[in-house]
Amino acid sequence: MSAAGLELKDLNRSYGPVQALDGLDLTLAPGELVALLGPSGCGKTTALRIVAGFERPDSGKVRVDGADLTQVSAAKRDMGMVFQSYSLFPHLTAAENVAFGLRLRKVAAAERKTRAAELLDLVGISGLDARYPHQLSGGQQQRVALARALAVRPKVLLLDEPLSALDAKVRLQLRDEIRRVQLDLGITTLFVTHDQEEALSMADRVAVMRDGRLEQCAAPAVLYERPATAFVAEFVGTMNHLQGTMIDSELVEVAGRRLPVDGERPTPGTKVKVLLRPEAIDLEPLAQTSASTTDSAPTSPSAIGTVRIATFLGSITRMTVMLDDGTEVKADLPSHRASEFPAAARARLIPAPRPVLVVEP
Amino acid sequence: MAGLLGRLGRVRWWRVAILTLVAVYLLGPLFSALWFTVYNSRLHQFSLAPYGQLFSAPGFLASVRMTFFLALTTIALEFVLLVPAMIAIQLRLPRLRPIVESIAMVPLVVSPVALTAGVSTVLGWGLNDQGSWLFRLDADLQNQSFPLILPLIYAILVLPFAFRSLDAGLRAVDLKTLVEASRGLGAPWPLVLWRVILPNLRTGLLSGAVLTLALVFGEYTIASILTFVPFAVWIVQDGQGSGQLPIATSLLSLLLSWAVLFLVSFLGGRRAAAVTDRSA
Repeated sequence: MSAAGLELKDLNRSYGPVQALDGLDLTLAPGELVALLGPSGCGKTTALRIVAGFERPDSGKVRVDGADLTQVSAAKRDMGMVFQSYSLFPHLTAAENVAFGLRLRKVAAAERKTRAAELLDLVGISGLDARYPHQLSGGQQQRVALARALAVRPKVLLLDEPLSALDAKVRLQLRDEIRRVQLDLGITTLFVTHDQEEALSMADRVAVMRDGRLEQCAAPAVLYERPATAFVAEFVGTMNHLQGTMIDSELVEVAGRRLPVDGERPTPGTKVKVLLRPEAIDLEPLAQTSASTTDSAPTSPSAIGTVRIATFLGSITRMTVMLDDGTEVKADLPSHRASEFPAAARARLIPAPRPVLVVEP
Repeated sequence: MAGLLGRLGRVRWWRVAILTLVAVYLLGPLFSALWFTVYNSRLHQFSLAPYGQLFSAPGFLASVRMTFFLALTTIALEFVLLVPAMIAIQLRLPRLRPIVESIAMVPLVVSPVALTAGVSTVLGWGLNDQGSWLFRLDADLQNQSFPLILPLIYAILVLPFAFRSLDAGLRAVDLKTLVEASRGLGAPWPLVLWRVILPNLRTGLLSGAVLTLALVFGEYTIASILTFVPFAVWIVQDGQGSGQLPIATSLLSLLLSWAVLFLVSFLGGRRAAAVTDRSA
C-alpha cells in the first residue's frame, strides 16, 4: 500500500448562514495520522466528508499526491472510510462486506476470499468471516468496517469518529488496534474525533478546529505543552483558570507570584484569567488555624484554599482545592505526597515558574 | 398455591373461550363454504366435483392468467415509480416526505367508483377521432386480453399500502450511511441500488408485492365498470349460473393467497435460519 500525501487548501463550505468551513488549510504527509479535533459544530466532519467526496466545498481544493480530486465523485477517489455509525451491509457476512469493494473491482473470487481472510486476521477477528453484522458486537463491526475500508488499498484512510459508539473498554482496545494497523500499513489517515484523549494518544499530529478554522496543528506534546491560543489550551487537557493581574507587558501576578506571559498580552493593570495545567501547580500544606507562615509566601485568598477531594490516578493524585476567593483548582501531586493533604486541609498554591497563557475575562 | 393454580385455571379457561370464539368467527364461514361445495344435500353424498369443474369452466384460466399478469405489471409499475422516488426523498429531499406521504394517502379517500368515472371520461377523449394516436392509445389501454389501463389504476389504488411498506423498510436501515459506504468503496449508483439498497429493502418490497397481489386479485368494482373480466369479476359473473363453482373458486383463491403469504414468510425466514445455522 503506497502512502499518499493529502492536502486541503482553503476549503470553504457554508450551510445557509452557517459557515461550516472557513478557509481550512491542512496538509498530511504520506503515512501520517492526523486527528481533526474540535467541539461539536466546528466543521471537522464537514471537512472529512469533503475529502471523502460526499460533499462539495463552496471553494477550495482537495489534493491527493498533488492530483486535484475536488470535483471527482466519491466512487472514484480511492479512499477508505470508517463511519461513526455501524455501516456494514446487513445482508452480507463479514467476509462479504470486506470483499465488497474487491468485487466491484472485479477481483477473482478466490483472491477476494483470501484477501478478506487476511484483512479480518489483520484486524484481529479471524474466524468471524461467516457472521452477519447483527451477530457481531459493536467493536467487531467496526473492525470489519476497518478491514473493508482497507481492502481496496485506499490512498487515504478516513475515520469519522469510529470509536464513539463503543463502550470504554472496547474503545481503548480498538484505538490501539487502529493505530497498529495504520502504522503497519503506513497509510495516510485523517481521523475525526471530539475526544481529546483519542486524538492525543493516536495521532502524529492533532489539528484543533474552531468555527470552521484551524486553530493549531501540532504534535500532541507540543499542543499540550505549548498551545498557540487560549482556545487550544482550554480545549486540550484540563486547565485551571486563576485570577491574576498584568504587572507589565511581560509579567502577570497570580497566586502571589509573578510569571512570564506567553501569547496574547493585555495591557498592564488588566485583570485576567491565568491558564494553568494541574501539573503546573504545586501545593504546600498550611496550619489548620492560620494561613500565616514564617516566610514571605503569599497569603492572599487567590493563593490559599481548602482541599476538597483527592483522586488517586496511579503515580499521581489529583487534588481539588477550593480557594478562599471561590475558585476551584485542580493540582496534580505525586501520589506519595497526597497524604500531606487530607480532606479539609489548608494548602497554599505554588504555580510553576513557566510562561503562562492569559485571557481577559 | 391453590389460589395461584385457581387463577391459572381461570386464565386458561378464558383463553380457550376467546380462541374458540375467534376460531368460530373466522373459520365458521370458511367451513360452511367448504361444506357447501363438497356436500350434496339432495344426494346426501360428498363430492369434489366443483373443484374439478373449475379448471374446465369457461373463462376461469383466462381470468386467472389475466389477473396474475395484471398483478405483476402493477407491482413492477409500483416499484419502478416508488422505489427511486422514496430513496431520493430519504437521501436528498427529506422535507418532501410529508407531502409525498399525503399524496400517497389520497387513494384511501377517493372512492373507486369516482376514480373509474374520471378514468372513463379520459378514455373517451380519443373515441371521436378514429385513427389518431389518442384513439390508438385508448384502444391499447383497453385491450380486452390485457387491459393496460387496469395496472395504471391499480398502481394508484395500492399506493398507500406500498408507500407504507417501503417507508417502513427504508426507515429500518441507515440508508445514508450504507449508500455512502458503498459509494466510498467505488460503487456506481446503479450498483448501489442493486447490491445494497434493494437487498435491504426485501421485506418492504415483499410486503408491498403481497398487498398489491391481494388487492388486484380481489378488485371487482373498477374492472367491472370498465367491462373487463379478471378473476374477481369472473367469480361474480359465473356465480349467476352455478352455486357451488364460484364458492369453490373463492375458497381456492383464498388458499392461493395463503400460499403466497406462506411463501413470503418462508423466503423471509429462510435467511434468518441460514444465519442461525452458520453461527452455530
